[in-house]
Amino acid sequence: MLSGVAFVATVVGLQLLTAATGRGYYLTQLTMAAYYTTVVMGLCLVMGYAGQISLGHGAFFAIGGYTSAYLTTLDLSGWAAKGVGLTLRKAGVLVARQDLYGGECLGVTPWLAFAAAVCLTAAVAFVIGYPALRLKGHYLAMATLGFGLIVYRLVLGTERLGGADGISSVPAWKILPGLDVCGRSVCRIQNYYVAFALAGLTLFMVLNLVNSRTGRALRSIHGGELAANAMGINTAQYKLKVFLISAVIAAVAGCLMTHYNGAIGPSESGAMKSVRYVALVAAGGMANVWGALVVGGALEFLSLRGCFGSADHAVFGLILILIVALVPEGPLRPLGRGVVRLFRAVTGRAGA
Amino acid sequence: MLSVDPGSVPAAGVPASPPVFASAPLLRVEGLCRSFGGLLAVDDVSFSVMPGQIKAVIGPNGAGKTTVFNIISGILRPDSGRILFSDVPIAGLPPFRVGELGISRTFQNLSLFPNMTAIENVMVGCHCRTCCGVVASVLRLPRHYREERAIRDAAEKHLAAVGMADKAGVSVASLPFGQRRLVELARALATQPRLLLLDEPASGLNTRETGDLARIIRQVRDTGVTVLLVEHDMSLVMDVSDSILVLNYGKPVTEGPPAEIRNDPQVISVYLGGDFGSAAD
Amino acid sequence: MVGLSQVLQYIMSGVTVGSIYAIVAIGFNIIYGTTGIINFAQGEFVMLGGMIAVTLASFMPLPVAVAGAVLLVMLCSGALEIFIFRRLRRPSLLQMIIITIGLSIVIQEVALHIWDEKVRSLPYFTGNECSSVRLLGAGLSPQVFWVLGTVGVTVTVLHGFLRYTIIGKAMRACASNVSAAQLAGINVANMRTLAFMVSGALGALGGCVISPITMTQYDMGTSLAIKGFAAAILGGLGNHMAAVPAGLLVGLAESVSVYFLPAAYKDAMAFAILLLVLFVRPHGLFGAPEVGTSSREF
Repeated sequence: MLSGVAFVATVVGLQLLTAATGRGYYLTQLTMAAYYTTVVMGLCLVMGYAGQISLGHGAFFAIGGYTSAYLTTLDLSGWAAKGVGLTLRKAGVLVARQDLYGGECLGVTPWLAFAAAVCLTAAVAFVIGYPALRLKGHYLAMATLGFGLIVYRLVLGTERLGGADGISSVPAWKILPGLDVCGRSVCRIQNYYVAFALAGLTLFMVLNLVNSRTGRALRSIHGGELAANAMGINTAQYKLKVFLISAVIAAVAGCLMTHYNGAIGPSESGAMKSVRYVALVAAGGMANVWGALVVGGALEFLSLRGCFGSADHAVFGLILILIVALVPEGPLRPLGRGVVRLFRAVTGRAGA
Repeated sequence: MLSVDPGSVPAAGVPASPPVFASAPLLRVEGLCRSFGGLLAVDDVSFSVMPGQIKAVIGPNGAGKTTVFNIISGILRPDSGRILFSDVPIAGLPPFRVGELGISRTFQNLSLFPNMTAIENVMVGCHCRTCCGVVASVLRLPRHYREERAIRDAAEKHLAAVGMADKAGVSVASLPFGQRRLVELARALATQPRLLLLDEPASGLNTRETGDLARIIRQVRDTGVTVLLVEHDMSLVMDVSDSILVLNYGKPVTEGPPAEIRNDPQVISVYLGGDFGSAAD
Repeated sequence: MVGLSQVLQYIMSGVTVGSIYAIVAIGFNIIYGTTGIINFAQGEFVMLGGMIAVTLASFMPLPVAVAGAVLLVMLCSGALEIFIFRRLRRPSLLQMIIITIGLSIVIQEVALHIWDEKVRSLPYFTGNECSSVRLLGAGLSPQVFWVLGTVGVTVTVLHGFLRYTIIGKAMRACASNVSAAQLAGINVANMRTLAFMVSGALGALGGCVISPITMTQYDMGTSLAIKGFAAAILGGLGNHMAAVPAGLLVGLAESVSVYFLPAAYKDAMAFAILLLVLFVRPHGLFGAPEVGTSSREF
């Protein structure tokens, strides 16, 4: 409860701060950071809690984004003039939008595209996860990395998905009257809140899941899969379940961010993106959702602001090595302990 | 020496060995075989465990005791043979199914979840007797709270039963070895087993701890749980068990109550090395 | 219709890249065998070898440049072991994986800063891009024979080293049982460094001989690592010699796939093979089961 309040206060505070300092444009990167961090929190379930590595989460993000981009940018106007098409249009499945030249196109409504994106991602995650999660350690890492690269190559090599350019001019998603998920600068503030609402929802869900019977089952798999199984836990099923959940979380974030940016490119599914998610889970302290949120959000924001310059990837690589080699429990907990110790030392001396 | 389950009525006549029970065996192992590469680790082993019994499996190192345990609990598949648990065939089932059916176990080298506290470890044991799913937990339905409270109460009860109530919130990684054994025992009990498999529960314990363990094992039996244990510590085996099965080179040598086993020349030769072992074939 | 010469062309190109996958696979095997680490940065050694040789070749004769590149990469990978892996205290598998992935990224980025994004290549060892050897009607670059020859010789030498020399035997001892090796007086830490060095040198050599054919670019490592890993798994992890036919198989499958699928999907094909192997036979074509899976037996 208290942490929920802290989350909302921080989000609102950040927005007010940017408004007060006249740096409203920071919200764009904060919004994107929120979407990426949502993926990181989902991955945290798989990696930090269930102890299963996934080097393919960028692919799920991309599948979500590309599905919704592809469906909403289809032009079905020729087909929609008659029969089934007309009915679908009346039912609201197909919606009109203006193309680049002001003409009218008919695409699938973002709602349906969203549903399709989630279903497709879940299906792909099932097909990959079912055999892959039987593998351990290195094998699982390579399998998921290979899966991610397959998706990357397919996206890159497919004409219909825009090849190297990706898909652009993805229409806005009118979630509520007056609430559009789109990149126009007038919508910047509302989109900031949409993104953080998703991040907050994910945080809430993941925390609830972790502190429950299911969460204990996941952690027991991490602690010792054989013993967990002997205690009556269907470990294979739990691993698959949590993999599906986190894949769907990634797809939802991908879908929303695609509408927000109005575009998606193949780099979203690249190995580098997937590795980044892993890096941020590690940087957050593995089994630490708050750590993933705070560290992930901060680093993604700095990276999107271009603070790391041309060394962007290298910074993430170094973070991976340094944190995992030196402070495997993540930097936040030792930092917190240090602050507490410092506080005690200071107050203790003041009292004495 | 010989103790018979108080619930079952001995058949008329003297309590001869093996003890005669009114009910059917809880666990029946028939013709179990398993080899690793060319090595026959378990070679045609048959025995049965009566409800309410404490049965021990002994034998020198490499006799196939732990392999038998691993096959019963579903960790290994048998090459051939049948295992019936209250007349349900369980050979080849995955471990979690065996656990659900009511067989729980501890491990020779301990297999606690080092990333959790003592009580959390025991709470994991409650998993297969509870049912709250992802949705109930994510949405924090009333069902979730009710069940969590029940799980915590049960886990506290089981920890208290092994005398570890005061260590509930301690991470198991920081507990001394003997106490970890007890937490593991509590975790196994939390699955509410009908049959408890203990794989060398006394190894690594000192004499006092072993004595406590014997008391706890008897207590467990008195609550209606049947116990099958593999053990090297003969004082514990002779102290608690109702019946003893001796294995050597994967083959059963003999079976009987402790008093008999203690004086059996075959058993003595198995442990001290002699020709009797081969004579038993 | 495909003529015989065209088939041969496909086969030879498959065998050529396949032999590089075999080199990477053997690199994986050597490090995995001695240390238990799957080095995700294995592909970077190949890239580094090619890049350094290209740079050195601009001011020194080609053979010296290649030798220099191999030596430098060997020292680098040895240094990685000494400065990173040796310092870890009881690292978990997940930690190892993450660290080698981090290394692979850092190496790539450093390479990007030194050599930028340009595609580079070494000159042909003999002849030039136009010269070709006629074989059964197919035109083959002489470099193909350099590649095959180098791989063949290296693998044979390595095999002899591991089987017949005392150091090679010590490395294999570390692979099968670390504590027993330690008790036998083997300096396990040094063996690990040696494994990294051999593996790095091997990768760099592969990177040099293949550079004239496939070119060298800063980001070639990741996909090489994955295809090499596919070969390593196919041959059975830890099985040095089986990695050779397995690598050739992956290379062939990839080059044949161009015939059926758009060329853009060529890489996807190789990765799909990896997944298939992992899912169906994670213990490899020649190995015994019970490795890598947790399916039924634990």
